[in-house]
Amino acid sequence: MAYTEKTRGIYKEILGGLQQAGIFKQERFIHSAQAADIEVEFPAGSSLKKVINICANNYLGLSSHPEVVQAAHAGLDSHGYGMSSVRFICGTQDIHKKLESMVTEFLGTEDTILFPSCMDANGGVFEAVLTKDDVMISDRLVHASIIDGIRLCSAMHDTFKHSDMEHLEEKLQLHNDKRLKMVITDGVFSMDGDTAKLDKMAELCEKYDALLFCDDSHASGFIGKTGRGTHEKCGVMGRMDIITTTFGKGLGGASGGCVSGRRELVEMCRQKARPYLFSNTIAPPVVAGVIKVLEILSASTDRRDKLENNTIFWRKGLTDAGFILKDGDTPIVPVMLFNAKLSQDVSRDLYEEGVYAIGFFFPVVPQGQARIRTQISAGHDIIHLEKALDAFRKVGKKYEILGKTKQEIIERYGM
Amino acid sequence: MDEMKEVIKNYVIREYVEDDTDVTYDTPLISGGIVDSFSMVSLKRFLENKYQIAIPDDKATPEAFDSVNKICLLVNEYIK
Ligand SMILES: Cc1ncc(COP(=O)(O)O)c(C=O)c1O
Repeated sequence: MAYTEKTRGIYKEILGGLQQAGIFKQERFIHSAQAADIEVEFPAGSSLKKVINICANNYLGLSSHPEVVQAAHAGLDSHGYGMSSVRFICGTQDIHKKLESMVTEFLGTEDTILFPSCMDANGGVFEAVLTKDDVMISDRLVHASIIDGIRLCSAMHDTFKHSDMEHLEEKLQLHNDKRLKMVITDGVFSMDGDTAKLDKMAELCEKYDALLFCDDSHASGFIGKTGRGTHEKCGVMGRMDIITTTFGKGLGGASGGCVSGRRELVEMCRQKARPYLFSNTIAPPVVAGVIKVLEILSASTDRRDKLENNTIFWRKGLTDAGFILKDGDTPIVPVMLFNAKLSQDVSRDLYEEGVYAIGFFFPVVPQGQARIRTQISAGHDIIHLEKALDAFRKVGKKYEILGKTKQEIIERYGM
Repeated sequence: MDEMKEVIKNYVIREYVEDDTDVTYDTPLISGGIVDSFSMVSLKRFLENKYQIAIPDDKATPEAFDSVNKICLLVNEYIK
């Protein structure tokens, strides 16, 4: 034991600094199941408040779906609670294999391997398939977990400007002498809600003999006509080399992730990916739940269709009210406020009005691009969205930002 | 030398500058936050390809890459 006052002081100072800078994160306690309507205790110790949730990644409204809950119960009964082992010792059940083949079928790939999370999938995949003779060329806005995975890999790393295909092509030329090249992107970018140009990227990868990697965590289950993901939307199913995705968002929302793609690349992960080798995989009840999710989504596109309609309604409602949105057509709808404090104030007032939405500001998004990120769900009914729109209009009016241009908002509130 | 400076400056602007930040031959690139040390890799590769040289890793330091002028000096050391 050597946790001296001096040591404690060092950490207190750092934490105090975060508080002062206004970037100290605080949890809000939810007392109900995840859904469109939730009960929240915030700040800690206050009485419960019923609010409409528009900041969950519960895109398909399946997090608390009765059939999914029931399937998880049944999985718990038939396959137990935990495995007490990693996959390759004695931690692989029939249902893990079943889920892997269902994901392969759903995404239209060759093979799939489960990981404890998509963070782990992204953390392990690059090191497992690439070496120092190779190069990874990533979009500059990829998710933090991809950046961590890239750091763990000995291959050279370079970037291209966000969604800039000319710049990507230059980089493919620059690194043409490498043994293997891998182009790395998110399918749907989580902060802006825009979509990667996978069609163009696939074309470039074919032209320059590069592998194409996409993290479809914010797309799997609902983007594309049958919800297979960004590669379906862009018409490049079967041309992706690696897709990683999570079961912690649209696909049931519990936990777990996977690497899906070319047979040999998946096998390399089975042999070498450290989070697969050294960490327990997804627990049996969750596996059973995800299997049910994929059954529901394969049988009907009703949920993704409802999500698409909700998204159109929501984007139109906010636009008509006079808010500035980031362009796009995904269920991630950022309401731009530009100023960090304004985003915090609007979030707080929305909460007062019964709407739970979070403000994001630097360093999570670039300086001067603070926003409320709203996320629409198939679990929302139009009545939820109408209520939420009323709250947005009321708060927008209070701050006099409705119908104002970016310039006008910045002039009034600053960057 | 002047032509090289222009080439390198234009590359830096095209590669790293997303807004209208002004870059001169003396602008601090790495200590000034325009180029992060992670992205130096592509700058080094660009120089090596363009001028047909090999810069040893231990010479490609953040200090040596900190302005267009300094980069030019470094490149000239390796041009035969
Ligand atoms: C693009 C992206 N990839 C990966 C992850 C991590 O997913 P998981 O919760 O399964 O670790 C997230 C979640 O925040 C994400 O947004």
